[in-house]
Amino acid sequence: MTSADPSPARPWALLAELTHACPLHCGYCSNPLELTRRSHELTTDQWTDVMRQAGELGVVHTHLSGGEPLLRRDLEQIVTAAEAAGIYTQLVTSGVGLDQARLDALASAGLRSVQLSVQHADPRASDRIGGRRSFAEKERAAQLVRAVGLPLGLNVVLHRENLDAIDTIVELGVSWGADRVELANVQFYGWGLLNRAALLPTREQLAGARDAVERWRKRLNTGPELVWVVPDYFDGVAKPCMGGWGAVSLTVTPDGTVLPCPAAAALPGLDPPNIRDRPLDWIWEHSAAFTRYRGTDWMADPCRSCARRDEDFGGCRCQAYALTGDAARTDPACRFSPDHGVIRVPADEGADATAPVRRRVPGRSEGAATWV
Amino acid sequence: MTAAPGTDWRPVLAPAIVRRHDPVRDVDLLLLPERVGVLTGSAAAVVGLCDGTRSVPDIVDDLAERFPGAPVATDVPPFLERMRKEGWLR
Ligand code: SF4
Ligand code: SF4
Repeated sequence: MTSADPSPARPWALLAELTHACPLHCGYCSNPLELTRRSHELTTDQWTDVMRQAGELGVVHTHLSGGEPLLRRDLEQIVTAAEAAGIYTQLVTSGVGLDQARLDALASAGLRSVQLSVQHADPRASDRIGGRRSFAEKERAAQLVRAVGLPLGLNVVLHRENLDAIDTIVELGVSWGADRVELANVQFYGWGLLNRAALLPTREQLAGARDAVERWRKRLNTGPELVWVVPDYFDGVAKPCMGGWGAVSLTVTPDGTVLPCPAAAALPGLDPPNIRDRPLDWIWEHSAAFTRYRGTDWMADPCRSCARRDEDFGGCRCQAYALTGDAARTDPACRFSPDHGVIRVPADEGADATAPVRRRVPGRSEGAATWV
Repeated sequence: MTAAPGTDWRPVLAPAIVRRHDPVRDVDLLLLPERVGVLTGSAAAVVGLCDGTRSVPDIVDDLAERFPGAPVATDVPPFLERMRKEGWLR
């Protein structure tokens, strides 16, 4: 497929960022630095229409995410709309606010699965990383999800403060009855890049964590599937971000902006389309934001002539922009990138234990970084 | 989960899998929280027989009757085994 292709393959998945509001304020939050106010969020009818259009476009899977999607009082209606559009729903939640009544309502609306974020296996460390007391609520949420019989996944973002705790994290997944534990090494853009000095692990920590995951994979015949999301900073290998730009998935943000990747809002001149102005199929097929880096035509060397270009798609556009100022350059995470030095230096220096963590304002979606 | 089943294995879709027809692509899909499986060609017919009551030889017999001349006996058991290893069937 090239960018000149008049009808690209249809998307499979939709990341629906229903709100940026969140009771937690993790230092690596994947929301943009500039958070959308609640008053600018799409209405129930607009989300219902997004789901209808997404289903017609070919989307079969959606992550209902945030911020904390439970803060949307109309979440049940959005689930119903997705189900009616033939879309499988997964709730991505911190667990805060997931009581029995809410879960029952969501399950009867057609919710299919739940992914729960956990910051650490140790309650106090988890609360510290999330910036709020929440571990007990997560534990209860996990029990409720199990009791109602929905598949349960745990998602743990890994960084300097929890990479040494893989064993206890996997044990937690086993004892909470998770079907899947996603161990996702932190990505450095947005909040993560802002807090890189505090989050960056050492090479030894990463090697230890990788070994621990291997040991557990051999040990666990039954029990959770372990997913290890690679730390691209350390491997010298670019990640196949989003499975290719505008190739398999799209993101709708709280105010209706439609993006090829949740971090893409930070790219300059992308002029991202909005679902309030344009139909979703036009956005997917024709908008400049989606066609710009689709396929391989836009690439320059070394990607253009590289054998891996159809496997990793030149890596992450957002990381290329954040670290080089040019989103069309090879992702600096790649060892062939002429800019790879900007990654190697921080990765080799490792974390700065004294670096403060800049966090989102707790519980509010508006307002930028505060120092904690 | 990965240990090979005995000869009395009666394949059934793993719990929580949602099977759905995709009208946009005109294929049958298997949906899990983080995965989509596309059933191409005769795979939909094979998986349709995996209801936990039929053994592998039962499934082969059934398909051989419905698709005379197809290489059912050689192709279907390894296909079922692959589906089991990938976690779709139990
Ligand atoms: S603050 Fe933490 S829990 Fe909330 S959306 Fe961001 S990463 Fe997720
Ligand atoms: S040069 Fe580009 S295509 Fe080749 S491995 Fe690096 S990022 Fe991937």
